[in-house]
Amino acid sequence: MKKMVKKPVLAVGPFHPLQEEMEFFQLTIDGETVTDIDMRISYNHRGIEGISETLQFDQVPFLVSRICGICSASHPLAYVQAVEDIAGVTPPERALYVRVIINELERIHSHMLWVGLAGHFIGYDTVFMWAWKYREPVLDLLEEITGNRNNYGNVRIGGCREDIPDEAIPKILKELDKLEKKTEMLTKAVLDDPVIHARLKGVGTLSKEDAIKYAVTGPTARGSGIAIDVRRDDPYAAYNDLDWNVIVQPEGDVFAKAVVRLLEVLEAVKIARQAVKKLPKGPVAVEVKQIPPGQGCGHAEAPRGETFHYVRSDGGNRPVRHKVRAPSFVNVPSFRASCIGQHIADVTITLAAVDPCYSCTERLAVVDSHNNIIQNYETLLKMSREKTEKIRKEIGTPQWKLEDF
Amino acid sequence: MNQQELSDRLSEIKGKLIDTQQPLDDRIFLLCEAENSYAVNKFLFEQLSLRFVIATGIDSDDCFEVLYHYAYDQLGYIITVRAFIRDIENPAIESIAPFLPGAEWIEREIHDLFGIEFRNHPNMRRLILADDWPEGVYPLRKACPGPATGIRNEGNK
Repeated sequence: MKKMVKKPVLAVGPFHPLQEEMEFFQLTIDGETVTDIDMRISYNHRGIEGISETLQFDQVPFLVSRICGICSASHPLAYVQAVEDIAGVTPPERALYVRVIINELERIHSHMLWVGLAGHFIGYDTVFMWAWKYREPVLDLLEEITGNRNNYGNVRIGGCREDIPDEAIPKILKELDKLEKKTEMLTKAVLDDPVIHARLKGVGTLSKEDAIKYAVTGPTARGSGIAIDVRRDDPYAAYNDLDWNVIVQPEGDVFAKAVVRLLEVLEAVKIARQAVKKLPKGPVAVEVKQIPPGQGCGHAEAPRGETFHYVRSDGGNRPVRHKVRAPSFVNVPSFRASCIGQHIADVTITLAAVDPCYSCTERLAVVDSHNNIIQNYETLLKMSREKTEKIRKEIGTPQWKLEDF
Repeated sequence: MNQQELSDRLSEIKGKLIDTQQPLDDRIFLLCEAENSYAVNKFLFEQLSLRFVIATGIDSDDCFEVLYHYAYDQLGYIITVRAFIRDIENPAIESIAPFLPGAEWIEREIHDLFGIEFRNHPNMRRLILADDWPEGVYPLRKACPGPATGIRNEGNK
């Protein structure tokens, strides 16, 4: 029997204290199972592609670093690589290494942020506190190198704006060593926990076929067994000279994505350390006078996946067209494949598992196709945590109390 | 596939293309008319198993262009289908979303921003523009006044 249901829209927010951007999800449920999902984005459309056509080529990196506060190293890098392709410019070697170091530090702090939030979603606030505590020194390092904790604005056409001072190098190496130990500990603690296994395995599975159809990238693809990584496939900056691995997990569930991200932090530490140690001497930029007519495609591996920029020049001082594709644009629609058929208590963590700029679960309404009950985001978060609690009781993990420490 | 096999496979669709350009070793542009874009895209995605990256709409001088970017990750290539829509009054092109759900959003976005119609698209609602945005105003068309400063790159060739 099919019943016509009016789908009311319930806005939680406008800004949830935890997540800072806006997207709207409307779930249709039957009992406890999600039967349909509808998405709306662009509550915060800023017309970056249009603005970019009004700016000069060397001003655009500062604009695109503001697309996302987290990916503010990879967006300008992809843009700059597209323009360098058009102009036929090769930046000096030191600049390539500086780019690697900044991009890997960005990956570390982005993945740590995700691990913390994922813990928070399933009711593991200890993980949240740990991960964010270890993330903090990385932001301090970035501030020391570029002058900013986010929005580094360090990459420019032909090289980098700021060099890494020699005095900073011992400190970076020291912090990386500390961070590696902490991350290893955190990875073990998370991956050995029977409750997290029971809670996240088999949840929100994105099959390899669906992952290809929805053209997902980054950890979302690598968690579904697709071994793609721009850093290895189309090597840019200095990635070709460094020794590291692409992390792939075949299962496609939330647990696999968590494993990919945690192990990628360790790889990122490895890459950053090698790059700091091998940092060649010399200038960090070459002068670029003019951008000839032409078109270029640049891509870079952001923490969430491939960031793609297409730039067309007519020989003037501004791009005639600049197309930006952020990884979440292809990762978010894959919810249709991973959420439908899921238990409703698993929705928040499934949506969070693609690391959608922490924006996606923000405005959320649930429509029950029988009773017309509308549930908002807070109820869903509560259900998600209750499920963890239930599993924890069944498995019988000891409840830790403050007095134990 | 290595480089040679890839270009052999690409030559199978030569009849549907106007031209092939290769400005860099790992960047290939396949130029075609809008009528052939569906067949060319289907061939790249289903026969060559390329990874769809994104599409770009462009308001060119005397036509609209829709660029479909694909990546061939084994070689690190980016292969772009550049489809020309000559009818600038009623620009339209066949949607590729029926066989490639990953293209659904970007076709809706191009429809919003350029007013290009995607025939047989499964769900052509607005994606980017607000509900109260006026009909028939397409923000990224050259004729539309530019944002904020009103400057737009048109005449500095």
